[in-house]
Amino acid sequence: MSLDLSVELAGVRFPTPVLVASGCFGTGAEAAGLVDASTLGGIVTRTITPLPEKGAPTPRLAETPSGMLSAVGLQNPGVEAFLLEDLPPLAALGVPIVVSVGGRTLDEFLTVASACARVPGIVALEAYLAAPDEEHSGKPFASRPDVAADVAGSVARVSGLPVFAKLPGVGSELVETASACARAGAHGITLIDGIPGMAVDSERLSSALGPIVGGLTGPAIRPVAVRAVYEVTRALPGVPVMGVGGVRTGNDAVELLLAGAGAVQVGTAMLLDPATPGIVLEGIRRYLETKGLRSPADVQGRLRASAAAPAPAPAPSPAPGPASRSS
Amino acid sequence: MKRVRAEILSSRRLGSFRTLTIVAPEIAELANPGQFVTIAMPEGREFFLRRHFPIHQASRRGGWAGTLEFAFEPAGLGTGWLAAAEAHEFLDVIGPLGKGFDYPRSLTNCLLVAEGRGAPGIYFLAQELRAQGKRVDLLVGAETQERIFKPIEAKRLSQTLSVRTGDGTMGERGTVLDGIAGVAEQSGSEVVYAAGPRAMLRAVAAFCAERSLPAQVAVDERMACGIGLCFTCVVPVARKDGSRYDNLRACWEGPVFNPGRVLWDRWGQGAPTMTPTPPEGFPAVRTWPG
Repeated sequence: MSLDLSVELAGVRFPTPVLVASGCFGTGAEAAGLVDASTLGGIVTRTITPLPEKGAPTPRLAETPSGMLSAVGLQNPGVEAFLLEDLPPLAALGVPIVVSVGGRTLDEFLTVASACARVPGIVALEAYLAAPDEEHSGKPFASRPDVAADVAGSVARVSGLPVFAKLPGVGSELVETASACARAGAHGITLIDGIPGMAVDSERLSSALGPIVGGLTGPAIRPVAVRAVYEVTRALPGVPVMGVGGVRTGNDAVELLLAGAGAVQVGTAMLLDPATPGIVLEGIRRYLETKGLRSPADVQGRLRASAAAPAPAPAPSPAPGPASRSS
Repeated sequence: MKRVRAEILSSRRLGSFRTLTIVAPEIAELANPGQFVTIAMPEGREFFLRRHFPIHQASRRGGWAGTLEFAFEPAGLGTGWLAAAEAHEFLDVIGPLGKGFDYPRSLTNCLLVAEGRGAPGIYFLAQELRAQGKRVDLLVGAETQERIFKPIEAKRLSQTLSVRTGDGTMGERGTVLDGIAGVAEQSGSEVVYAAGPRAMLRAVAAFCAERSLPAQVAVDERMACGIGLCFTCVVPVARKDGSRYDNLRACWEGPVFNPGRVLWDRWGQGAPTMTPTPPEGFPAVRTWPG
């Protein structure tokens, strides 16, 4: 029986279900020698803004138990330089490119989105909705369902490209926000973003990070990602979801697929082992073979088949984990 | 840049340092002073980011050909684990990484200044400069005698060696900054190289600027990947024309920079940002209080 490892989400065919998450592939050329491009389903770029961003003050990094706390502050060259300088080497890898779109205002999102329209190599956009909304006193766009939906929907209309709205994995309005984004025209959802966190250097009486607060990523947040994917895909069965958070092995990816994701992204694990996508893909392949399945789509959401509970109320909080539901 | 599974040939304790010699011919062949390697941490532990270390020695010829040596002071979970690794175990190593030091073409008298973690890499530079017929004067500092890295090798590698310790247990009491003017004068230094903590590098930069001495410094900033992917290890560096600056990656454009172009006031200090959660209500400084 031959395996077909490709997946289709929001009308886009990704050659494998394993993408590189935003902010984990440099400008595009750095890791070329350490990554087997044939294992990649796609690459989500670092978040691009209309103008160059210097990013956050250092230190930008702290290691926490099974997690990485970081705050890069969207350092990027701006959309014009990105399209001219970063995109060509990325596109040369022959892998679908998803551009992560950011901004301080709706207009800034739309500037980037329209610049990416009809650019060869760019197959989709991911709206970075954790960015602070300048017009709402710096609250993340994602913290208000109507605002998040407005941004995600407008980005989709302006670009004419499939758009994945990247949302935080915590907060009682998760399903509501995802649903609002989908209704507004987002084609899919990416779950989850780094979780806001903080570490303190007690010796120096200071935050471990220059910007005080950072985003927690890595294995520590994987259960949060699995739960978020589970809740959103159960409430919105027709909306494709990319699962991201602490994926390092095939089994980590299969967890997210079973919970309902159509594809996964590898983030922090890229930084410690750029060959991780190949390891993850091989693990998925072995799992499919063992289970006698033909494609990652056969795994997707299979958890639900054994779950007795019907679709939940839209905003459960706190929600029981998937394991307890399926028992 | 190569990624190899490298066998540990030996692991030795030298004062407060641990030095590891590994078999990594692919990396040793390409390594230059100032460059570094990253070592993967074991799976299934709560510490998992790669650790980065300046290359102390890369042997291309002779009985040790194909070996690479790096050194560190165990200070946490990762370096603690690595310090306990034994000969014949294997490590996942990526290197050589970063851009190394440049060598002077015509000038000959080189002053090399090192403090703490910076010393092992600076000794590699000393060796290469000597091989090119340059005069090398070494100024090495640490808190205490235990933390002066390989003093006998330092002596062998240099025309003159000056040691400063905070407690006076070796060399003169004080820091390398107390010694730099005197050593530079006596040795007729024409070029300065430095590696160590930011405050020390900053003072060396000021010293060199004042005397118009060309200089290069190797910075030590926290890194997650070491291969240019994550943009966590940046240093603000002015462009050549001085019109503006860029946050350059210590692991990719660095770790060696021209100290005259590093924006020392800005490095590590607050600036308007777009962090996932805006630090509103918090002062954009790194220390509390003040």
